Amino acid sequence: MRANDTNYAIELKGITKTFGRVVANENVNLSIKYGEILALLGENGSGKTTLMNILSGIYYADEGSVYIDGKEVFITNPHEAINLGIGMIHQHFKLVEVFSAMDNIVLGTRGRYVKNSALKEEILEMSKKFGLETEPDKKVYNMSVSEKQTVEIMKVLYRGAKILILDEPTSVLTPQETAKLFAILRRMKDRGNAIIIITHKLHEVLAISDRVAILRKGRVVGTVKTGETKEKELAELMVGRPVSLEINRPETTSKKTVLKVVDLSVVNEDGTRGLKNVNFKLKSGEILGVAGVAGSGQRELCETIAGLMEAKTGAILYNKENIIGKTPDEIINLGISMSFVPEDRLGMGLVGSMDMVDNMLLKSYKKNKGFIIDKKPSRKLAEELVEKLSIITPGIETPVRMLSGGNVQKVLLGREIESEPNVLITAYPVRGLDINSSYIIYDLLNEQKKKNVAILFIGEDLDVLLELSDRIMVLCHGEVMGIVDAKNTSKEEIGLMMAGKKMEGADSDE
Amino acid sequence: MFVKFLNAAVFAGTPLLFGTTGEMMNEKAGHLNLGVEGMMAMGACAGFMAGYFYDSILIALLAAFLAGMLGALIYALLTITFMANQNVTGLTLSIFGVGISNFAGEFMLVNSASNTLKLPEQITAQISNINIPGLTTVPVLGPLFFQYNIFVYLAVLIAVTCGIYYNNTKTGLNVRAIGENPGAADAAGIKVTKLKYINVLAGGGICGLGGAYCSMIINGGVWMNNPVNGQGWIAVALVIFASWKPYRAIFGSFIFGAFNILKYYFPKTIITLPNALYDMLPFVITALVLVMTSIRKSKENQQPASCGVNYYREER
Repeated sequence: MRANDTNYAIELKGITKTFGRVVANENVNLSIKYGEILALLGENGSGKTTLMNILSGIYYADEGSVYIDGKEVFITNPHEAINLGIGMIHQHFKLVEVFSAMDNIVLGTRGRYVKNSALKEEILEMSKKFGLETEPDKKVYNMSVSEKQTVEIMKVLYRGAKILILDEPTSVLTPQETAKLFAILRRMKDRGNAIIIITHKLHEVLAISDRVAILRKGRVVGTVKTGETKEKELAELMVGRPVSLEINRPETTSKKTVLKVVDLSVVNEDGTRGLKNVNFKLKSGEILGVAGVAGSGQRELCETIAGLMEAKTGAILYNKENIIGKTPDEIINLGISMSFVPEDRLGMGLVGSMDMVDNMLLKSYKKNKGFIIDKKPSRKLAEELVEKLSIITPGIETPVRMLSGGNVQKVLLGREIESEPNVLITAYPVRGLDINSSYIIYDLLNEQKKKNVAILFIGEDLDVLLELSDRIMVLCHGEVMGIVDAKNTSKEEIGLMMAGKKMEGADSDE
Repeated sequence: MFVKFLNAAVFAGTPLLFGTTGEMMNEKAGHLNLGVEGMMAMGACAGFMAGYFYDSILIALLAAFLAGMLGALIYALLTITFMANQNVTGLTLSIFGVGISNFAGEFMLVNSASNTLKLPEQITAQISNINIPGLTTVPVLGPLFFQYNIFVYLAVLIAVTCGIYYNNTKTGLNVRAIGENPGAADAAGIKVTKLKYINVLAGGGICGLGGAYCSMIINGGVWMNNPVNGQGWIAVALVIFASWKPYRAIFGSFIFGAFNILKYYFPKTIITLPNALYDMLPFVITALVLVMTSIRKSKENQQPASCGVNYYREER
């Protein structure tokens, strides 16, 4: 028990932060004690990360004050935050790829020159104490996502942080890795650390936290004890109105194999394995979900089917015609459409500085006859999309990068669907979207499914995959671990496959 | 003959070594400074003038270092503080540095008694080749290692110090982290801006020393306009050739130095080639090294990942 057990580790009073005209945080009050895990729950864009970045010195609040151990502090840079014992584990890891784990851990700490062997000992001893597994000499670029996260945690612990902030730590982990992380967090809590975990996954909040603070549009709309709440109540607080958390899975009758992938192997540009002997069938009127830890070959799969990447071996049969070797253009004309939402959301598919009309044109200008482009059909299409998908934009002539993430994704997916494809490949379509927009996207996909479109849905959230897909294919290191019926599987089973456990008979997709 | 050739290669490679080390310090901190030529020119002019008026090697070196640093300060202010585009700023600095150095040199020339500027005696003696008793006279090894001027030893010393700094000290590790991923460095509590300034300024100063070598040694102690004459550009290429490793820069500079003087030493009896072909060699080799490193696809031995990109903490 700590002496200041009753005191707050952190108190935030009246924090306000604006970016230009956007209010990210407004009059936020929040507190956390030592030996407590506080979950910060909120949809994307609700200001969770901004708030925590204020604590870790990345941003400086416009108004309000921060108290640590009862004393008011002014955190103007990350250096001061570290000195105050605040350690933040960012969602997008802040690691130097070409450095070893050890170099990343000692980065920026005091001392001139530390002997490697002594330091290694120290790091190994610390990892043992917290039940972490670290290889001090391993280079970060050789690490899996969960290994990278371990290094981030070690970095924070090495600096002696008493207050830990984790930003969406589970978004890249398998269920098993998540359970392991939670065990480590509980151990830290028992050692008297204060832990703030940022998330938008309700069941995780219930699993790990003692208290939950809910943010909506930059304001704290409620703080509840975890033991006294339920998923539904949290969701309502988060969204601001009653929500249904059910995702439909309409039944369709036509199940004809449209796309057959046979023994597909792909090698990445840097010589690493992209895909290895991938076999599967995609049928009309079904959603085939693809699960896997980030970087398990999802991108390579999408790009190979879309004709952007070269296959090393194997075939992709579209209605018995091999499409390998065809140009992306020819593949699109066959009716295969891809929408890939990368982490920065704009990287593929849309041109940020162009408006909606021009982005629609990107896909259709080739059908235009004559020398001068006729913008009218694109303008009409853009207007239709705005209405149909309730895209919030100042106008169809606004550059798409000015739109919020959710609206950008609606533009992208909307355009792809509008071309009436037979095969729709969509990767992370709900990445970063609020609950409401996500459900609009799910409905869009289901609508296509009912039109007998074959849909390959690459997702991150296992709960969504389980509810939306008809079948789920699990990738690990570019290999198919198994394809299961979404109705008869469990998160645990998929989690094990994500981590590399091959299901028996995984190679035959019948 | 061969020892003489190697000697000449070292002499010709020394200004390159200064320039390369200086540029490497910039790039390690994430700043692609294309102003090496300009900073060297500023150092060349300031070093020569200080030597001319004060007749002291120490003051000349100090002036050259400060002048190079001044050039770097302009660059640092614009790119680190005001986030200006690094390539444009560097190119401009090169044009500016060469221009101002020629302007000052020309101004001194027309105002001098006999339209020539020649370094006085004391400093000429100070920058002539050093005779180390007992070592210089050793056959082969003596002429090979122990009969250079003070600049040569200084250049190697700086490069070795630089190597220790980046490879073995924590500050060096921090600087490398900034060059690779300033966001990560910042989050780890490293003072990004401060370290960037230190490395860019020190690098500029070192470039300035290389310039002083050009004006004081290569031109034989007589001021000639445009003393650096493109060496700064070769230094930028050399950083790539040395794959951002300070120790490799030492050998790389001397190898490039050898290419520079090859035309004078290559036996004409074998084959007579146009001088332009020899002048081309360093660049051909650099291109080959670039292609080779790109084929090897190694994550190491590459340019610092964030080199050329300015860092702004609150960017979203």
